[in-house]
Amino acid sequence: MCLAVPARIVELDGDRAVVDAMGNRWAIRTTLLPDAKLGDIVLVHAGFAIATVDEEEARQTWELFEQIEQLRTDETTGTEGAD
Amino acid sequence: MPDRAEAARRRMVRDCEILGRPVRIMEVCGTHTVAIFRSGIRASLPKGLTLLSGPGCPVCVTEQGYIDTVLELAQRDDVILATYGDMIRVPGTAGSLETVNRPGVRVVLSTDDALALARERPDRTVVFAAVGFETTTPATAVAVGQAAEEGVDNFCILSGHKRVVPAMAALLSDATNRIDAFLCPGHVSVIIGSEAYRPIARGFGRPCVVAGFEPVLILEAMAAICRQLLEGRAEVESLYSAVVRPEGNPRAMDLIDRYFEPCDGPWRGLGRIPEGSLRLRAEYERFDARRRFGLEERVAPEPAGCRCGDVLCGRIEPITCGLFGSRCTPDTPVGPCMVSSEGACSAWYKYGRRGGRNGAR
Repeated sequence: MCLAVPARIVELDGDRAVVDAMGNRWAIRTTLLPDAKLGDIVLVHAGFAIATVDEEEARQTWELFEQIEQLRTDETTGTEGAD
Repeated sequence: MPDRAEAARRRMVRDCEILGRPVRIMEVCGTHTVAIFRSGIRASLPKGLTLLSGPGCPVCVTEQGYIDTVLELAQRDDVILATYGDMIRVPGTAGSLETVNRPGVRVVLSTDDALALARERPDRTVVFAAVGFETTTPATAVAVGQAAEEGVDNFCILSGHKRVVPAMAALLSDATNRIDAFLCPGHVSVIIGSEAYRPIARGFGRPCVVAGFEPVLILEAMAAICRQLLEGRAEVESLYSAVVRPEGNPRAMDLIDRYFEPCDGPWRGLGRIPEGSLRLRAEYERFDARRRFGLEERVAPEPAGCRCGDVLCGRIEPITCGLFGSRCTPDTPVGPCMVSSEGACSAWYKYGRRGGRNGAR
């Protein structure tokens, strides 16, 4: 639940936006971030943008998610995880 | 990056040596819990330094009585129970939202979705299980505000929202919880701001360092804590200043304040915490599910043998719990710390083998 994902705003209409992260797109609200602009990378938590982040910060998090995703895949195939 | 991590580790080792006493640092953020285990940071910690996983996962600190109330509401034919996915598998006294298997239980990704359900189904009351710290509270506030504005009267919330700083104060007020410093949460701090920890640093004399989620950032934050302890300082430092501002997100804080007010409330394992919970303000109490359905606050005992409460206070490590890994596993969770992927028990179970010294079983 604490998980927040950086994503780029690719559509913006009032406080409703569509964001993109690693090719995934979904609808969010920018109500908590009134100054958010098209093209900004924002931290999205439970459907709301909570902060603006820079490219470097976003890139690091996306890489982290890719690694976690890899771990999850490993877990389901039984090569990682609890004994 | 590895150089920075190694440099931070060396500073930490040296400072701990000079300090010459055990150091206990508590992190209060589920994402940190997972990041710390996943990266194997625990294996590289200096001797005498212990990392405690505190009450940083909102699902884990949600008390059993609240879960039971959610289950009670989910059984009603006139209710659609909307919840974040994290809550689905948390066991109450009699089953979980998953096992009651009612058609009226809906997983939503945001409060927006919950409100949309209410608009679609005027014949039902949509109750949103509003759990979480200051990160999720503003989203609930937005939905309540919108419901009030649009007159969506069949929408209400069961507030289980909680405030992180009063919980930190409560932990320190109990001398049996030996905590020397806090690694402050990343995302909660985005909302409340790093300055929110000043009462903990000043009032209790404990260093508070806000950290990002990269292993190197976590190590640097721990090194900054050790340096403060060595120099006898207790200050608020933010090493995540690219995202966390001293004042937080003022718009989000205004929204919390407009719709909610602090109240005393129960936390799992920590008891009633003064001003540790949030309830709707009087002018919005018609959106309060407890009021609408005449529900009393329930107190339910912890599952027999479950020691999530002691884990959340840093009093024991998960493996000390008699149920850990035997009766309680991620597939058959008994307590919330094993249910939530951000819970300390779940992280120990999944990554314990790789976690090294502190995580070894």
